[in-house]
Amino acid sequence: MTSETFSTTVPAETNQNDPGGNERLPPPDRPVVIIEASKSWVSLRLGDLWSHRELLYFLTWRDVKVRYKQTLLGAAWAILQPLMTMLIFTLLFGKLAGIKSDGLPYPIFAYGGLLIWTFFANSVTNSSNSLVGSAHLITKIYFPRMIVPASAVAAGLVDLALAFLLQIGLMIYYGVHASWALLMVLPLIVLTTMLALGVGMWLSALNVKYRDVRYAIPFLIQLWMFASPIIYPVSMLSTKWQWVLTLNPLTGIIQNFRIALFGNQPFNWKSLSISVAITTIVLVYSSYSFRRMERHFADIV
Amino acid sequence: MPPIIKVQGLGKQYRIGSDGSAYSTLREALVNRLRSPMSGAKRRNSEDQKIWALRDVSFEVNPGEVVGIIGRNGAGKSTLLKILSRVTEPTAGRVELHGRVGSLLEVGTGFHPELSGRENIYLNGAVLGMSRAEITRKFDDIVAFSEVGKFIDTPVKRYSSGMYVRLAFAVAAYLEPEILLVDEVLAVGDAGFQRKCLDRMKDVGRRGRTVLFVSHNMPAVTRLCDRTILLDEGTIVQDDLSHKVVGSYLKSGLGTMAARVWDENSKAPGNEIVRLCAVRVRTDDGRVTDAIDIRRSVGIEMEFEVLKPGHVLLPNIHVTNEEGVLVFIAGENDPMWQRTPRPAGRFTSTAWIPGNYFSEGTIIIGAAVSTMDPVTIHFFERDAVAFQVIDKLEGDSARGDYAGPFPGVVRPMLRWTTRGPEIKTESAANEEIAR
Repeated sequence: MTSETFSTTVPAETNQNDPGGNERLPPPDRPVVIIEASKSWVSLRLGDLWSHRELLYFLTWRDVKVRYKQTLLGAAWAILQPLMTMLIFTLLFGKLAGIKSDGLPYPIFAYGGLLIWTFFANSVTNSSNSLVGSAHLITKIYFPRMIVPASAVAAGLVDLALAFLLQIGLMIYYGVHASWALLMVLPLIVLTTMLALGVGMWLSALNVKYRDVRYAIPFLIQLWMFASPIIYPVSMLSTKWQWVLTLNPLTGIIQNFRIALFGNQPFNWKSLSISVAITTIVLVYSSYSFRRMERHFADIV
Repeated sequence: MPPIIKVQGLGKQYRIGSDGSAYSTLREALVNRLRSPMSGAKRRNSEDQKIWALRDVSFEVNPGEVVGIIGRNGAGKSTLLKILSRVTEPTAGRVELHGRVGSLLEVGTGFHPELSGRENIYLNGAVLGMSRAEITRKFDDIVAFSEVGKFIDTPVKRYSSGMYVRLAFAVAAYLEPEILLVDEVLAVGDAGFQRKCLDRMKDVGRRGRTVLFVSHNMPAVTRLCDRTILLDEGTIVQDDLSHKVVGSYLKSGLGTMAARVWDENSKAPGNEIVRLCAVRVRTDDGRVTDAIDIRRSVGIEMEFEVLKPGHVLLPNIHVTNEEGVLVFIAGENDPMWQRTPRPAGRFTSTAWIPGNYFSEGTIIIGAAVSTMDPVTIHFFERDAVAFQVIDKLEGDSARGDYAGPFPGVVRPMLRWTTRGPEIKTESAANEEIAR
């Protein structure tokens, strides 16, 4: 068993005015929990998070199970959503508007971007609403609250895996040859997950405090989609302005995700580094910010 | 042995917003910030009222103790439990917990209606802090305890409310932390299942686990807990043996008492058909009292107002002793109102319980008005009034001259007939000699 502390204080502190403090030491195999008002500086308490990993698994499993249980098409929805969007985009932007797609057939170009985007957008939306939706848990049971938005993101990974199957099918259909670059798919998905977690976690905490966040999210998501190279390639912008687009961490991810899939050009390490840097900043900021807001969740949710 | 729970100067302050809502809108925050950019946060504070839900609470609990926490609504019981279970943070003070904490602030936390009973056992178990291996190990016991049997693979949304609650409690019952925090969860299910839950709780205590038990159910508290803490307005009023604390709580009027009156404006138990006005405990000479001589009869007077005429109503009382044993239920049997719909207006029904009937101790009366066809409970005030039954040891009660402990739910004065060898009285002996 591990010793976990609720606050940053160590238990030894109490023994100061108590000479017989030694005998009050707990039996060695029992965890000691200290509950106090937390200081302004908060710790991330990752150990606490780790010890609750099974709960993360069960909540994710619940989300996935419930989603697929009730619906007639079940898992097919995970594929249908990006597939339909891809067909519409192909018709509107590929055929009618004639948007270039870096020399790739427009359908697989769009689907490649939509794969990441659908996962990101759904994860951010679901995790933003997750805390408010779990009010009954938060007011009754203690566990690291981060698990709630995290499980919402993790559940999205299952959809992503299913949607990826169609991607493979499309690639075979269009005769795209996979290369070693395909190995980059996994790290890129991890990066997207981190970004979705960072954004979703922060919005979920904010949503507890300010209920209007919920109405802002669909709008935010829509704007974000147009600011990401999903419909169009980065190369469509003039070289002078491409850097603005790279400030969106999804740009580097989607750009390199396509390269990993189709192997049609070398990786763009510059945009990828920017994505990694921004994602890290977002995730760290959001974690601390979440921890700070967390202590009032049960009182206001 | 060192205490397993140590609470020092614990306090919790809540902020009640001027509009009564805890959460704010983004607009409000922005507007406040704009109005007074330098003191945006302070401004909000000054408008808000702050209340201490809990203030300067200190106590210690030793391993294996089962401690009750009582007090009326808003006394801070639930806040205390929420802090101990780490659901919310204290504003002041400090708690040391030496052991794994399991909290049962509600049964069925995390249950999902779409999932099957089996799936919910795993989900709920994980939420309550059990590991997957632990749940798998206890799975069969949990299913057996819940009595849901073959419905274990049915989605719980198809369960009856009784089955749902039984399954939920079964998972909780197999939670085995060193410290168990329980809030009112026993007020669920049918009487038989409640008994089973109480037994299970008692068992948990007996096996050396520490239990903190918050309840309004005084009989359950005295039955389960050796020691009880009485809270009022966020502070500890009394911390002593359960029967003493429960006794003084009932007597002090903090809880139930010999007479309870609900005026027009207060939230009286009832519905649109009938409303409870008062319940009183009377001696046979008409005085309202909370101390009844064991030899005298006692009248339970129920005053209620019929708001909507035309319903057949049955006032009834539920009599429980301090151990939580339901002694009896009795419904009014005045032939005049048996099948007659009642007109609107006030009624006063008194049930007379004979003397030499109860044992000594606290008797708690629940008052209800129901309709039998179809069965409807218009209200049921669980702990309406309470009184003490006192045996003055004058030799003419059922205990006779014996002054020691005298268990039993009732203590009737029975008519005894005895047969045996004839005892030779003095005159009979003289007659024999004379012969």
